[in-house]
Amino acid sequence: MKRVIALTLILAPTVSWADPTMAPEPLSYTQLPDPAQEAAAQALMQTIRCVVCQGQSIADSDADLAGDMRALVRQKIAAGEKPEAIRAWLIQRYGRWVSYRPPVDAVTWPLWAAPILLLAVGGLLARSAFRRRRT
Amino acid sequence: MIAEAGLAALWIAAMLAALQAFLGLGSLKAGGEELLRAVRPVAVAQAVMTLGAFAALMWLFYSTDLSVELVAEDSASTVPTLYRIAGTWGNHEGSMLLWVTILAIAGAAVALLERRLPERTLAATIAAQGVIALGFFAFLLFSSNPFARLDIAPAEGNGFNPLLQDPGLAFHPPTLYVGYVGLSVAFSFAVGALLTRDVGPAFAKAMRPWVLGAWVFLTLGITAGSYWAYYELGWGGWWFWDPTENASLMPWLAATALLHSVTVLATRDGLRAWTVMLAVVAFSMSMVGTFLVRSGILTSVHAFALDPKRGAFILVLLALYIGGALALFGARIATVAEGNRFDPVSREGALVINNLLLSVILALVLIGTLYPLAAESMTGEKLSVGPPYFNATAGPLALILVAVMAAGPAMRWRRDEIVAVARRIAIPAALTVIALVAILLLAPGLRILPLLGLTLAAGVAAASVAPLWKRNLRRTPLFTWGMVMAHLGAAVSLAGMASESAFTKETLIAARPGETVSVGPYAIRFAAVDPVPGQNFTAVQATLIATRGSADPITLTPAQRTFDNPPQTTSESAIATRWDGQLYTVVGEPVPGGRWQLRLWWKPFVTLIWLGGALIAIGGALSLLGRSLPRRKVVAESTGFARFG
Repeated sequence: MKRVIALTLILAPTVSWADPTMAPEPLSYTQLPDPAQEAAAQALMQTIRCVVCQGQSIADSDADLAGDMRALVRQKIAAGEKPEAIRAWLIQRYGRWVSYRPPVDAVTWPLWAAPILLLAVGGLLARSAFRRRRT
Repeated sequence: MIAEAGLAALWIAAMLAALQAFLGLGSLKAGGEELLRAVRPVAVAQAVMTLGAFAALMWLFYSTDLSVELVAEDSASTVPTLYRIAGTWGNHEGSMLLWVTILAIAGAAVALLERRLPERTLAATIAAQGVIALGFFAFLLFSSNPFARLDIAPAEGNGFNPLLQDPGLAFHPPTLYVGYVGLSVAFSFAVGALLTRDVGPAFAKAMRPWVLGAWVFLTLGITAGSYWAYYELGWGGWWFWDPTENASLMPWLAATALLHSVTVLATRDGLRAWTVMLAVVAFSMSMVGTFLVRSGILTSVHAFALDPKRGAFILVLLALYIGGALALFGARIATVAEGNRFDPVSREGALVINNLLLSVILALVLIGTLYPLAAESMTGEKLSVGPPYFNATAGPLALILVAVMAAGPAMRWRRDEIVAVARRIAIPAALTVIALVAILLLAPGLRILPLLGLTLAAGVAAASVAPLWKRNLRRTPLFTWGMVMAHLGAAVSLAGMASESAFTKETLIAARPGETVSVGPYAIRFAAVDPVPGQNFTAVQATLIATRGSADPITLTPAQRTFDNPPQTTSESAIATRWDGQLYTVVGEPVPGGRWQLRLWWKPFVTLIWLGGALIAIGGALSLLGRSLPRRKVVAESTGFARFG
């Protein structure tokens, strides 16, 4: 619950920014006019977790909160912010839970090292199944 | 009365499972041959009893007996008939009963149909099946009783989750469960073979059809589940790397690896220990998946905390079964010789690479799914591991796997020459290069994964049919057809995924009725919005008329459904399928100013994703037929399929 309240506070400027005669959050369900900016926003939204949903990104959720966060992301992209800066901003506020892409740090490095370690160990194991090739 | 009969049947089945385990294990001792004859009928009786319990629960749901707690919680008399029946497995207790029912049927099927396995190994296998069943019966009876009665029956039930009220979801869980639980047979085979120290080609040939059968159902279940998520969730995504999806993908990856290693064991008597290990791992992944989904530990920590008994119970079962099987493996495997070794450049070599890559992908999915739990217990902070991680790590490995799939069938068993293999796959390789150049010219600026995906799909599609080249098609064995079909399916599916990712066009807009908007090649006129009544919901339905060039206009009617019991709104997407893709439309909430939110997508060749899945399943079914029908020629297998070129 605390998280929801925090989010509402942060999103408050977004809501007032909207023109009341238009949609309440026009950018929740409306694309940015610039296709390049929209593509950048989409790519980011795909990797941001909808914090009140079950395993959905904000890009594919009907939840109101996800809509608000989409509007926020589009607004920031339109204002020229870099996607990674927006991600960092979101992580700073909601914790690492909000980003589907785990960062590389003291806690998560094994996750990113796993593919290489697994391939190396697996490769060694597989080698034992082979006969040395006679030339 | 029905509920009590169902519960009694469940207890009797549990006792029969215990008897089955006792008789099976007893028959392994010297002088225990007498017990052997009783094992098969007991396994069948256990299945009949479990099926009886399941039928009882189905009847309670069908007739909406609200004095039963489960029915009152998860159904209502107003729910349509199909979903009253499907509601049987649309909840925790019912789906666990379905799980156990399929487990019992699988055990009975082994008892009735298996003729190739030596008697002693068969008895040990059926005993293992009984031991597994026993644990899950205990789980049902002690912590998830589906037949519990309420003291006072309510006047009406709580209703059925509207999101699950869809024909796709009515049939998808049973299909997936047959796959999950079907793998228990491979697990029991492995345990049986370890107990009798009898791991060899005969064991592999006996196990293969069972693995194939389970794998076909898993493939169908995952494909159908993906399509369900695609049209039901209403955002055009078809795979979310959600823990529930990962839970179904992990057994599939293990079973796919097993399917290939069992062939090496059957044909060349190699990879003995590894194949047994995979058989244990495959069903272990089914159980891990069941634990993850049923305990709710990943989607919501609260669901787990609310009923810690259930989560802990399954966790103990997991530890017992997986730990027990691995301990047996450790104790016995030293007495099982590793089997024939082989040259790295050979069919076996390619299959080992296949197994290596599939195992690494499996490990990555498992690690990625569980890592948030580990991280939270270490730091106390919640962490998400989602699509960006899985796509970046498993994606490239999957592409390499697909490339190996093109070369593997072109290699000979035992030993081959690189130059000879290169010559045999020259045409597909040339096609790959042509595809790469064509795509770079026609659609510049693609991201690397979709680009490689499209390119490889073209080459692999050609390579997958190459084993039929210059062969008498009528005399080609069914299992070769199966392999060709399944590999072609993988290429087709890959093409669909890459195309969807690269070429999807999206339009999100708030529009007034009468306006025309465009998405991809389509102009879409928003003709009207109307209220439409349903049996247990009211809907607001939009009428969209889509035109492309001079083709006949398509009318689509996406809707918003509002259910009142339980209160919930769902978006019903409307999808038009054309040969070159799908037009996907959703109507959302009304917006001030008489406008409605419309979500429109044009997804070129997206259908190939599921068409490929279906081809893979058909390939598996053909192989299964080819492996289980009486054989005319035994020669084909020892010489391999590599006779072309």
